[in-house]
Amino acid sequence: MKDAMTIESSTATTLRDNVDVAEALGRSYAAGFVTDIEMTGLPPGLDEDTVRAISAVKREPEWMTEWRLEAFRHWLTMPKPDWAKLNIDPIDYQAISYYAAPKKQPKSLDDVDPALLETYEKLGIPLHERAALAGVAVDAVFDSVSVGTTFRKQLADAGVLFCSMSEAIREYPEIVRKYLGSVVPTGDNFFAALNSAVFSDGSFVFIPKGVRCPMELSTYFRINAQNTGQFERTLIVAEEGAHVSYLEGCTAPKRDENQLHAAVVELVALEGAKIKYSTVQNWYPGDENGVGGIYNFVTKRGDCRGDDSKICWTQVETGSAITWKYPSVILRGDRSVGEFYSVALTHHFQQADTGTKMIHLGKHTKSKIVSKGISAGKSSNSYRGLVKMEKGADNARNYTQCDSLLIGKQCGAHTFPYMEVKNPTAIVEHEATTSKISDDQMFYCRSRGIAEEDAVSMIVDGFCKQVFRELPMEFAVEAKKLLEVSLEGAVG
Amino acid sequence: MLKIENLHARVEGKEILKGLSLTVNAGEVHAIMGPNGAGKSTLGNVLSGRDGYEVTAGTVIYNGVDLLALAPEERAAAGVFLAFQYPVEIPGVNNTYFLRAALNAQRKSRGEKELDSMQFLKLVREKLKVMQISDELLHRAVNEGFSGGEKKRNEIFQMAVLEPQLAILDETDSGLDIDALKHVADGVNALRSPDRAFLMITHYQRLLDYVVPDVVHVLAGGRIVETGDKSLALKLEAHGYAGLAERQPARASA
Repeated sequence: MKDAMTIESSTATTLRDNVDVAEALGRSYAAGFVTDIEMTGLPPGLDEDTVRAISAVKREPEWMTEWRLEAFRHWLTMPKPDWAKLNIDPIDYQAISYYAAPKKQPKSLDDVDPALLETYEKLGIPLHERAALAGVAVDAVFDSVSVGTTFRKQLADAGVLFCSMSEAIREYPEIVRKYLGSVVPTGDNFFAALNSAVFSDGSFVFIPKGVRCPMELSTYFRINAQNTGQFERTLIVAEEGAHVSYLEGCTAPKRDENQLHAAVVELVALEGAKIKYSTVQNWYPGDENGVGGIYNFVTKRGDCRGDDSKICWTQVETGSAITWKYPSVILRGDRSVGEFYSVALTHHFQQADTGTKMIHLGKHTKSKIVSKGISAGKSSNSYRGLVKMEKGADNARNYTQCDSLLIGKQCGAHTFPYMEVKNPTAIVEHEATTSKISDDQMFYCRSRGIAEEDAVSMIVDGFCKQVFRELPMEFAVEAKKLLEVSLEGAVG
Repeated sequence: MLKIENLHARVEGKEILKGLSLTVNAGEVHAIMGPNGAGKSTLGNVLSGRDGYEVTAGTVIYNGVDLLALAPEERAAAGVFLAFQYPVEIPGVNNTYFLRAALNAQRKSRGEKELDSMQFLKLVREKLKVMQISDELLHRAVNEGFSGGEKKRNEIFQMAVLEPQLAILDETDSGLDIDALKHVADGVNALRSPDRAFLMITHYQRLLDYVVPDVVHVLAGGRIVETGDKSLALKLEAHGYAGLAERQPARASA
């Protein structure tokens, strides 16, 4: 077994020194700083010993180690997916470190390293409970570990379990064991298998029968260490009649190398349960020449396991060099509802292949898909979605709306809708539009006194309105600001 | 306030304005009439700075500054307003939000304090009364799904809120039924003031029955060919534009 060894974290001096120029030219990435903190971790490389070492450092039970190893062995046999409309440079899985954590492990929030607290403050995520956003509980994940979860007591009083996945495996093994991998099996796909083998941390949420979670839950993911992959694993279970709204946000420093983020998120909604999962993804997108940025390869899936359950995904994707992500819903229970609202923005050389899958199994199931793709610069933005009406899906309905907005002449927008209908009573509707910000719209805004860049963000904001409406209030504001920043330099 | 001298402008390589001269003083309402293709809309677009209009000769001095050197948003901040012939739809952008962004951008540019939502709402309420526009228009997206008349009234409403010094109305009367025309005219009349000037570009003298101009110009072949008072508009209505192009250019006066 490999020993966990101490690795030096990089400092800001290792960053490209032409960041200022890049900012002047194009987008400014405010979250691109590096936190200088002592780290411990595993050296780069991946074999069964790596998997065992991760499991050991997290003091996991034997069954968990075996689960990981099985996934790893499966992964070795799997081919890399290449069906997406993405150009991905080959990834050297041996060059990645699969575990990195701040050296000092806090016992409670009061114990968290001030440098870390400052990092989250800078990102606008205060971890001190008194300073925290009213009514939002936060779990902060820094590289491979959770550094703190707020409002735990209040949540525990309501019967809600909200903690890091590592803790959940130790504290609530029977729940984890029952649901982990039940929505996304270990061998589901290449990146899900890799995640299952080496996942480090993530959030665990359990809302017991009949409980409405008293506040919004959120996780904030931060990649800091160099040459490190982040493999988060999140599991949310809402028992019968339970309600929960969960938000996640993500950022990473600016670096020249591509960094891998391969997450798996599983949602389980039992009878009458409602889960709302919102994402604002702002991983470092790379610079204006396409150097650096995060590879964001994510498997997110929800299972409407019980009748009358509902799962709603809302995502605002502005970051990452490459995004490969299809938050999906399996509509198993009768009358269950799946929704997917997405804004994906690409600029410079970013590539996104994103969409959803709605798998209708139950009777009278309903799904709704609203996807808004915005492409600028030389980027490529694809919507890929599957709507499947299985034999038993009597009177199931789907409505899909895919809109693309192009800014400039060198970007691309693509739509790949797949439909499989095996039940004659099912109804599937699909609408798609592609538009450009017209010169007339620009001139109209400018003639009223609104400067060019403000006009673009205003028009883009209007285009995304339908999706922003679905976000919790404070996230909607953040999402709007994020789009503005991401579009800097897109015109003129 | 506005002095245009010997203005020549091209669109897609074709010369449209061929030595247009015009002087407008504060407090005056000028009507620009003329046949199709005379260059009426080109004049409005050149004055407000639309892309694709190339000025090849001449000057435009507005309140002592070279108007042509300013970007469209700078012209707006300086008090120039163009009511569009075809107002543009901006889906998903709330009409009130748009207008507040515009007003505050202008105020900021002039070094004035921006209005907060309460102050802005109060201003909007005042203007609504004058304009006889329903609240409901405010909550819709900019011009999206508006009827022709609603779009034109929305332009005048924007003008009322932005309080420009020089308002250019580009065929604001076109496509309006008589009731809508009256509403638009009432709106314009309510905004007439000693320190505000209007350039009304129109095809028909019908609008001029409701908004009585101080000066009427006939634009033909890219130049002002005749200038007079309200009676000139009536004369044109009776005799048409035929034969105008051959007349001598009128002196630039007002």
